[in-house]
Amino acid sequence: MEDLGFILGSYIVTFGSILLYVASVVRRSRRAGRDIPREERPWT
Amino acid sequence: MSETRRAFASVRATARLIAVKDLRIERRGRVLTNQVLPFALIVMVMFAFALDSDAVLERVAPGLVWLATLFSTLFVIARSFAVESADGALDQLRTTGAPSAGIFLGKALALMIQLLALVAVLVLAAVVLYRADISWQGGVLLVTTAVAATCGLAAVGTLYGGLSAGAKGRETLLPLLVLPVVAPVLIGATRATESAFGTNGIAVGEGWPWLVLLVVFAVLFSVTGAIAFGSLLDE
Amino acid sequence: MTATRDRNVTGTPFTRGLGVVTLLGIALLVILGLFVSPADVTQGESVRIMYAHVPGAWLAYLAFIVTGISSAAYLWKRTRSLTWDRIAGASAEVGVLFMGISLVTGSLWGRITWGTFWTWDARLTTTAFLFVTYVGYLAVRGLGGSHHQRARRSAVLALLAVLEIPLVHFSVQLWNTLHQEASVAGRGTDVTMDGLMLFSLFLGVIVFTLMYVWLVLHRQRALALQDMVDDTGLDAALAARRAEAVA
Repeated sequence: MEDLGFILGSYIVTFGSILLYVASVVRRSRRAGRDIPREERPWT
Repeated sequence: MSETRRAFASVRATARLIAVKDLRIERRGRVLTNQVLPFALIVMVMFAFALDSDAVLERVAPGLVWLATLFSTLFVIARSFAVESADGALDQLRTTGAPSAGIFLGKALALMIQLLALVAVLVLAAVVLYRADISWQGGVLLVTTAVAATCGLAAVGTLYGGLSAGAKGRETLLPLLVLPVVAPVLIGATRATESAFGTNGIAVGEGWPWLVLLVVFAVLFSVTGAIAFGSLLDE
Repeated sequence: MTATRDRNVTGTPFTRGLGVVTLLGIALLVILGLFVSPADVTQGESVRIMYAHVPGAWLAYLAFIVTGISSAAYLWKRTRSLTWDRIAGASAEVGVLFMGISLVTGSLWGRITWGTFWTWDARLTTTAFLFVTYVGYLAVRGLGGSHHQRARRSAVLALLAVLEIPLVHFSVQLWNTLHQEASVAGRGTDVTMDGLMLFSLFLGVIVFTLMYVWLVLHRQRALALQDMVDDTGLDAALAARRAEAVA
């Protein structure tokens, strides 16, 4: 079926880009978290 | 009662002072006439190269006039706030206690007058280069359209120019912020101008409804700008 | 600096639980959407894209609404707090992500169903403008200046977007009805849906809502950390970096 690529592609685009975004958020927060001790984070 | 009247008088006085100041700066600096206008004209010529057909050019002339106006508007806005952010002029203006609505209206008015001059030249260029044809009634519609459209453009431009004034990288940011917002102006002004030019045999009467859109846009953003400008300025 | 490298900076037991539930939901959605649910009568197999596309678009709209509300909350003096600003920023970022995804999946769906990636339909065009507007909003957030300067600027911008979008939508609609043939959007949406299809769509909305909450919570905390780093100053960061290099 020729539409298969499009359908699979749309799922890959959706969850792939969300995964990339999660990775970037985690990376940025780890970098920022190095300088902020755990006690100072309001959510802990 | 007299309190509000005094506030309005103060806004009006500030607006006039600021507008006169900006226009005087323009008269002495000649950025509009020596840089922006030539740029707009070269854009009009480049459109002719790109589209390469008299028939097509005649058909799309109204859109090209307003596209060239939008692009040039970005430069005029940038110029209008480059003047203010140099030497912290805007901050000093604020410390005088001038009402921010007055500052907004004054800058918008000066911008609008400059844009009107720009549109006038571009319409003339369209007549010469793109064979646009203007009847007497079409002329009335065109002038009204130009006034309403430039009023909207000036209000949006002043608002977003003030927003990004003094920030690094504002030259590249301004188009990104302004162009999506002024899309209704491009649509409305282009359709109205099509009727004024009689493009594709569109009657002049069909252009007037589009003017409503332009007027609504201009009023909405002028009022919002006058209210919101203060919170953008005071830091 | 403690030697323990903590891997989980912005997480809490709650977000961890939420994350596990979300992952399970995504797995279920993929299985249901791609394999279990039937093909549509009119759209054929392409309806499977809808289970990812529609929830994404809805949640993007919701995200922009949240941005607008938290911006208003920041500007209102009694509730002024940088937390509102960070929620607005995080929500806008997730909204731009979801909307970008929806634009891509939507055009893939359109290519299959309509034979074209894009139509100048009012809803599509407005969505594209919404996307660009919030990309600009995020750019303004990155302009620099003090935290409150950033917050005020972006809050005003977010409220201006609330004014802009209806105007753009209205004018595009006018432009469209006068200069285009009837739009193709809406075709295939008024079909009665099979129960399993409806359930898949419903599940999609739930999964995307969970993802949205998880993402905004984490992003908001990451923004708070970055703001704190800015506050503690460059010196502290430099000292830490130097100690790291020596160790």
